[in-house]
Amino acid sequence: MRKIVIILVLLTLAVIGIITFFKSRNIEPDKLTELKYKYTKKEIPSVDHSKFNILNQNFTTPQQVTEACLSCHNESGNQVMHSSHWNWERQEYIEGRGIVTIGKKNAINNFCIGVKGNEKSCAKCHIGFGITDKLNGYTDEKNIDCMVCHDNTETYIKAEEKGGAPDLKIDLGNIARKIGNPKRSNCGVCHFYGGGGNNVKHGDLEESMFEPDKDIDVHMGTNGPNLACTACHKTEKHVMLGKVYSLSSMNRNRSKCEQCHTETPHKEEILNEHTLKVACQTCHIPVYAKVNSTKTEWDWSTAGRLKDGEPFEEDDSLGNHTYLSIKGSFKWGRNLKPEYVWFNGTAEHYLLGDVVSDTTNPLTLNTLNGSYKDKDSKIIPVKIHRTKQPFDPINKILIQPKLFADTKGEGALWIDFDWKRSAEVGMKDVNLPFSGKISFIRTQMYWPVNHMVSSKDKSVKCTECHTRNDSRMASLKDFYMPGRDYNGFVEFSGTAIIILSIFGVAIHGTIRIFSSRKKNDKK
Amino acid sequence: MLTKVYIYKSFERFWHWMQAFLIFFLAATGFEIHGSYSFFGYENAVNYHNIAAYAFIILIVFAIFWHLSTGEWKQYLPTATHLKAQINYYLLGIFKDAPHPTKKTVLSKLNPLQKLVYLGLKILVIPIMVLSGLLYMNYRYPHQAGIEGLRVGSLEPIAIIHTIGAFMLLAFIIVHLYLITTGGTITSNLKAMITGFEDIEDHKTENENTIDIGNIKTQDSTTNPDIM
Repeated sequence: MRKIVIILVLLTLAVIGIITFFKSRNIEPDKLTELKYKYTKKEIPSVDHSKFNILNQNFTTPQQVTEACLSCHNESGNQVMHSSHWNWERQEYIEGRGIVTIGKKNAINNFCIGVKGNEKSCAKCHIGFGITDKLNGYTDEKNIDCMVCHDNTETYIKAEEKGGAPDLKIDLGNIARKIGNPKRSNCGVCHFYGGGGNNVKHGDLEESMFEPDKDIDVHMGTNGPNLACTACHKTEKHVMLGKVYSLSSMNRNRSKCEQCHTETPHKEEILNEHTLKVACQTCHIPVYAKVNSTKTEWDWSTAGRLKDGEPFEEDDSLGNHTYLSIKGSFKWGRNLKPEYVWFNGTAEHYLLGDVVSDTTNPLTLNTLNGSYKDKDSKIIPVKIHRTKQPFDPINKILIQPKLFADTKGEGALWIDFDWKRSAEVGMKDVNLPFSGKISFIRTQMYWPVNHMVSSKDKSVKCTECHTRNDSRMASLKDFYMPGRDYNGFVEFSGTAIIILSIFGVAIHGTIRIFSSRKKNDKK
Repeated sequence: MLTKVYIYKSFERFWHWMQAFLIFFLAATGFEIHGSYSFFGYENAVNYHNIAAYAFIILIVFAIFWHLSTGEWKQYLPTATHLKAQINYYLLGIFKDAPHPTKKTVLSKLNPLQKLVYLGLKILVIPIMVLSGLLYMNYRYPHQAGIEGLRVGSLEPIAIIHTIGAFMLLAFIIVHLYLITTGGTITSNLKAMITGFEDIEDHKTENENTIDIGNIKTQDSTTNPDIM
């Protein structure tokens, strides 16, 4: 007896020992230490631009600055003009469509819909000058705006609706002499304000990331590694890694966490196994829009209401517009949990003039391809932006309205507040038919969430997905996930068998007790 | 006349208790993974379950060797003889304080119902649990490394089979724990499995009794406890 107890105790200890042995192999991965070291080293420029004579002149136009830059950097102009930052379209292969030319020029979004007819306004975020209504002016390398990306003084400002030209109040010479590698502020002035305001589009790229805390983004945190955008969006010959799938279709040139962290960065093998099917972002970005709200819904159908003949706006308690006469009604969200989709790096797009066959379900403007069965697919977090936007119910195509114009009477919705007229002019601009009828159709766009990475202690916990109730993965139904899924019949029958067994032995035992008492009584 | 008989060998007892511990532990961690409740924490539950699973497989390998080398495997050969009597005993006789329809000896320590149920566990439930468990643990994702050769396209059938087995084992444990108490005294079966010794009716007097259980008359009967 004693021997058995000793053996059992020893074996239990052995099992516990094995478990703790496997658990205690906590060696800090060298990779992370290396990375921390690598990115704390300050880069010292090998050139002091302020000492170049050519930059010590009185610049009167921004083009003169560009000419000065190109006089030394004589290949840069060519490089920039082949980059996505310069071009309004590029060639992409889309499954089912073949090779198409796609870009801001012909893609439709569900924010301000499209650039056509609105170029002069949109050009504020183009890295060039002199953009006209017809997108002319971008074939001349003197129109490249070097400063918007390379200004290190944080004083460079582009003027509103001037085809990309800077505000002339700025000191061009000072900026030119203090030129350097892009900082977060250079990228942020455009990428944080997409869609017409801070954080409107992305949800994970916004003002708070100019100088973020580590809690907002563990990589860019000023009290952390303080990385610039270009640390991840590696750049060669002015071509940067990174895609935005509102316009991209192909799985190429993506900026990935794995570039630095490898495919298997965890010390726990069980977590490394997840990386086959789960993108890093899925667990490491538990919430986005951490500081300021992002737009989640947009209803164009209410646009055009006037108070006393004048456009007006309504704001919520946080200062977000909930209504604008020029744009309609909005909903916003802050500290949002992303939605999740399968994604293999390829996407399809609604392009100007595509006929919509199904008008009962929301139309997806950028379908992200992927499924559980697809070997290249991983689960990624996304922001889904849902809109009601103008649609021609007769021709069954989305309407590109004319929104912006310099003066009244050109048909611009934002000045004339006449939907029908703005649709007429807008559709004529893009050479598409317009039936004269406008309805509003529900659309959605997927915005992969890649920034606002949280520290590892705040990453998504196992049971936020592996749970029966409110799993983060509840909408992904094409696979079996332990902890979330079960077979209803097996669950019911199994539980029933357990309950019946307990009842069975309880009843049997009770009868035994009573029958033996009876016998004892008789005796 | 009762004599003390050494009925469960030391390895047998070790194997039994180790198996009992592992099955409890696997059930506790397994149903947490299944999402039925939470206790260890999900990641721990998965890790513990996997370690316990391999420990169980090692134990099974030793048990198979022991059963084959000692010939004890013959204990599990099913027999229809007295099967009905055993069932009738549990359903009726036990309440009338009737004697057990079969007797426990070193050469035949399992009653017909035990033989059938344990054999079922050994050749059906445990192998299914081990196989589905191995597939579960080593399944990655379609197209990925591991068991690609088997072309298992989904975890779902593996998981469902593993869950069915788990429910069956759990039901078995409940009934098994209860039937421990149906020996000569409430604790005599438990004591036997701990010490190895059990008080058993003397062999020489065995064939004298004729016992009436319901309508069935049987020659071969003793007053010995059986557990199932």
